[in-house]
Amino acid sequence: MAPSPRAQRVLAALLKPAVWIGGLLPLALLVGAIATGTISQEPIEDLTHRTGKAALTLLLATLAITPVRRLTGWNGIVPARRPLGLFAFFYACLHLLVYLFDQGFAPGYIVEDVAEHPYVTAGFAALVLLVPLALTSTRGWIRRLGKGWQKLHRLVYLAAALGVVHFLWGVKKDLREPLIYAAVLAALLAFRLPQLRKRRAQAKAARVRMESDAQAA
Amino acid sequence: MLIRKPDDVRSSEITDEKLYLDRRRFLGTAAAAAAAVAVSPGALAACEAGGDGGQEDRPNSWEQITEYNNFYEYGTDKESPARLAPRLLRTRPWTVSIEGLCRRPGRYHLDDIVRANRVEDRTYRLRCVEAWSLVVPWNGIPLRALLTRAQPNPAARFVEFTTLLDPEQMPGQRRQVLEWPYVEGLRLDEAMHPLTLLATGIYGRALPAQNGAPLRLVVPWKYGFKSIKSIVRIRFTDRQPRTAWNVSAPDEYGFYANVNPDVDHPRWSQARERRIGEWLRRRPTLPFNGYADQVASLYAGMDLRRNF
Repeated sequence: MAPSPRAQRVLAALLKPAVWIGGLLPLALLVGAIATGTISQEPIEDLTHRTGKAALTLLLATLAITPVRRLTGWNGIVPARRPLGLFAFFYACLHLLVYLFDQGFAPGYIVEDVAEHPYVTAGFAALVLLVPLALTSTRGWIRRLGKGWQKLHRLVYLAAALGVVHFLWGVKKDLREPLIYAAVLAALLAFRLPQLRKRRAQAKAARVRMESDAQAA
Repeated sequence: MLIRKPDDVRSSEITDEKLYLDRRRFLGTAAAAAAAVAVSPGALAACEAGGDGGQEDRPNSWEQITEYNNFYEYGTDKESPARLAPRLLRTRPWTVSIEGLCRRPGRYHLDDIVRANRVEDRTYRLRCVEAWSLVVPWNGIPLRALLTRAQPNPAARFVEFTTLLDPEQMPGQRRQVLEWPYVEGLRLDEAMHPLTLLATGIYGRALPAQNGAPLRLVVPWKYGFKSIKSIVRIRFTDRQPRTAWNVSAPDEYGFYANVNPDVDHPRWSQARERRIGEWLRRRPTLPFNGYADQVASLYAGMDLRRNF
């Protein structure tokens, strides 16, 4: 199923520019909208929505890498995951920054808002979860954390789920858009279920083997 | 002119003198208040002597008022109404039907309604339930002028307003985001309040389609969704109308929907607001959107937390 070696070489050459173009596109559109005056009459809200959706879209893109790899057999796509994840984190940080500006950097209101309004809490938690993932995304940390690295980075599922919930709860009435994100996330998670079950079964088998070994000894 | 004999007048129509005198006084104050508001913008400052920290209220620009709209009949985002409404909504000819518990129901041409009344300038703050706000220099006729002419019966306690229902002209109505047509309502005393306006224009120009042309309600002390757009029916009733947002999410949007910084929306704070065009700060939201002096007495004795 894997693409031919020649196709793989072409894809590999295209991967990096594609990721960078995709990652910078939301920023380019945003700057373009400001420059040409086509940004909304309510720029803060527009910036909030644009950065939030960019963060969530890119986060879902990182979660799509594994399914794409398995479905196409193209392992060469894996290097796209880290930059996509970091772009997602970048937009999530911009999203927070716009929010802080919007709140006039008033600590009292911000703490109250995060504590009292579940949709804000969910979004804030999602961003907090992304921080250790971004910090440990370097080669050095991957080596240092060994097996633990993968465990730690499973937090991305929780972060993505919280991000989608944040979107769903924040919308006044028309849920179409956040539901699209929710559906994509659900599909990406569902894709991993067989794998998860297999891993569980293997772990159980290993445990049983260890126990029987112990009894034999 | 018909002069009625005393026995033509039912007892229920006779106002006792004390009430009558009270009413004269009320009208006097009300007219003064309305006049004060009408001579904006200085008057606007007068309305808010109630301690807002000396914030200025400058009218928003034409673009801010006409390119950022909530009008779900044209989509749920803020930009679609300005894009779609001007080419889809046919505002002429336009008739408004006045119905229900009144002595003079009927269908009226918009032009006749406007011609029969003096169009006034009223600069009001508009506070959306989504926690943003604008200052809009409206032109319009006080709703009470129209309602008085229809002569409501003593049994009439509420006024119900209905927006045009026509998915051809209002494509947003093809999706059931809300129950269509959009319906809003006021208690009769709220409807008769001198601040309550039927707007026909902004900045002296005809009301743009996306702002609810050709005739919309403006109730400045309530959240924006109460100020129903593109009205085709006004009905006097004895029951509280089933209003669109209240029906859609009763725990989030009350019938009264008076602007109240102390009662949060279940999902977000109403304590502060973002004035369109302002950066880096949020203004504190004022009780009754800064019109408490004129309207708080309408709700004397009511639990505003329960009747949100």
